Amino acid sequence: MKLLILNGIVCDPANKFNQKADVLVENGKIISVGKISKNKSNVKVIDAKGKIVVPGLIDIHTHLREPGREDEETIKSGTRAASMGGFTTVCAMANTQPVVDSVSGVKFILATAKQEGVINVFPVGAITKGSNGVELAEIGKMKGAGVIAISDDGRPVMNANIMRRALEYTKMLDLTLISHCEDTNLSANGEINEGYISTVLGLKGIPKQAEEIMVARDIALCELTGGRLHIAHISTRHSVELVREAKKRGINVTAETAPHYFSLTDEYVKETDYNTNTKMNPPLRTKEDVKAICEGLADGTINCIASDHAPHLAEEKEQEFKLAPFGIIGLETVLPLVITNLVNKKIISLNDAISKLTCNPAKALGLKKGSMSAGSDADITIIDLNKTKIIEKFESKCKNSPFIGMKLSGFATTTIVAGKVIVDGGQIVSD
Amino acid sequence: MKLKQKDLLGLEYLSKEEIELILQTAKPFKQLFTRTVKKVPTLRGKTVVLLFYEVSTRTRTSFELAAKRLSADTVNINVASSSVVKGESLIDTAKTIEALKADFVIIRHSMSGAAHIIAKTISASIINAGDGMHEHPTQGLLDMFTIMEKKGKIKGLNVAIIGDISHSRVAKSNIWGLNKLGANVFVIGPSTMIPMEVEKMNVEVHHDISKIIHKLDVINILRIQKERQEQHLFPTLEEYSELFGINSGKLSNAKKDLLILHPGPMNRGIEISSSIADSKNSVITEQVTNGVAVRMAVLYLLAGGDGGQGEIINS
Repeated sequence: MKLLILNGIVCDPANKFNQKADVLVENGKIISVGKISKNKSNVKVIDAKGKIVVPGLIDIHTHLREPGREDEETIKSGTRAASMGGFTTVCAMANTQPVVDSVSGVKFILATAKQEGVINVFPVGAITKGSNGVELAEIGKMKGAGVIAISDDGRPVMNANIMRRALEYTKMLDLTLISHCEDTNLSANGEINEGYISTVLGLKGIPKQAEEIMVARDIALCELTGGRLHIAHISTRHSVELVREAKKRGINVTAETAPHYFSLTDEYVKETDYNTNTKMNPPLRTKEDVKAICEGLADGTINCIASDHAPHLAEEKEQEFKLAPFGIIGLETVLPLVITNLVNKKIISLNDAISKLTCNPAKALGLKKGSMSAGSDADITIIDLNKTKIIEKFESKCKNSPFIGMKLSGFATTTIVAGKVIVDGGQIVSD
Repeated sequence: MKLKQKDLLGLEYLSKEEIELILQTAKPFKQLFTRTVKKVPTLRGKTVVLLFYEVSTRTRTSFELAAKRLSADTVNINVASSSVVKGESLIDTAKTIEALKADFVIIRHSMSGAAHIIAKTISASIINAGDGMHEHPTQGLLDMFTIMEKKGKIKGLNVAIIGDISHSRVAKSNIWGLNKLGANVFVIGPSTMIPMEVEKMNVEVHHDISKIIHKLDVINILRIQKERQEQHLFPTLEEYSELFGINSGKLSNAKKDLLILHPGPMNRGIEISSSIADSKNSVITEQVTNGVAVRMAVLYLLAGGDGGQGEIINS
């Protein structure tokens, strides 16, 4: 089966390629990018005129909830949501029920994804058994079974010695450790960012230092061990500074942020009158932090933009602020938020934006994805930068988004995985 | 003039004029208390539901009495054990109350924003009787009414709130209300109990009352919750009492007419000594009486009254 994408602007940061070109796909692989004759037999043609053709987007940080909370999301529904958002690959965090801390868990994710998923799913294994932070999980065996990184995301590894051993061990295995940086003694019972807004709303604050102390600690441990550290959902000015400084010193650290940390501040909790869709961990921060996150994205300190897609049912979120769980969905809003709030505001270029959603996450985890080199997997996303709509409907099982009602620009219109068209014209066309 | 909102969720959301209207309206209601029959038919046929998720004696009784003196029917829903334990969500409870055709819901809840949830869910007027660490607007109003009654004004007065400012909804409502009416507001307490960036609420922060006691006109002493010691917010109750408890010694340089308020219940010998609680400067029991008048005013105004004194007395 051949596929020919004509007349698009191909933006492939991995190959520093950014110009009008056609793309030819055959047997699930990219054959060539350039001027291609349309006179080929048995070819499906997609006209991408006026649109941007990029490597399939990679979400380095997704919660698919299966196994255990299939009422919130399944691998099937989550990958469908991802495909609608332009993602062709998601990295599924280990904090399911049970936690993916063994070979059987990894095999379950991979088998279910193969059977029911519509895009690539790469499992992330837990650092510690049950993500309890006490004993190392069987990381080596999980790597053998297919994990592409390890993380106790949702929880930090509070014990510095366990974290040290995990970094040492993963260095040996050439795996990246993704760290959820939070000092839970400081953040205990916290609901939103600690500051004026938490004071006025009477909500328990989470100081920025709860994140920053752990970012500093993990960078220090990364330096000690020589491991490969990726810091998840970075949200504060000082965290950005710590990563910037660490990179200058040659420490092997990468970082991601999520769109809410460059799009919203804690003032939005007040504006929306205790709307629990503004409750996430780390919490929405201040204008100063948003500015620093944007600067970190612009100068390359922050390598990746992740969804941190965390579905929760309406009945879980429609409670008192204190009782509502942390987290928002994100797979279907990452791209338009990046285009609307970063690219259109000229904070970063389109090319840099695409790199943070494609080759950079691939590089951070060592994935053979995220480029349009000849011979690579034909995972491709076509984006209409001018498509504008109000956020209201989701393919995800859950609707817990603070962006509902917002008008955003720049949506994926076509998502192709291994040469197969999954989304076309903004609709899922293939299961 | 009438209140603009259907609900009273906090003093942050009221204008200076609306606060003044409530305080003015409370005056004739207080006059009613001197009569043999302390009741007017103003809210006859209206239903007031008291939905208390936290234990409360004085606030619940005060609201119930206020409603009854306005001839409203009252229903008490005691959910001292939380809705979570019962399994029903706050929103579902609110919808049930709406189906019962309540006109007012007075809600007390341990979590900030609970009154907001219920106000967004149902059409009845919601009165926040204290939500978590957020606000306790009628307590703030009765404190201001008491100050106004004793001092004749609020503008220009130096008012200090002493104690656990972080966890106090009374402090927050006082800060909003007093500032709007032109007082100079000070907060005094251990640094572990002063919330982040509270200065942006237009208050001056102090940790030693002796440095400013000479200029204060009013002190509002907050109850210290003993469980805060377990959260490492102060070492011992004895140390708290020594540093922040109000006694005759701490007030030796105070103005003679210093007004002493406390929202109650008091921990005598900890945040306030008996000699101060029972002194002539203390208006703590009058605060309780004024609470009923202020809550009557709030119910009356939220029901659509415009504060006309003749209407109140003669209705």
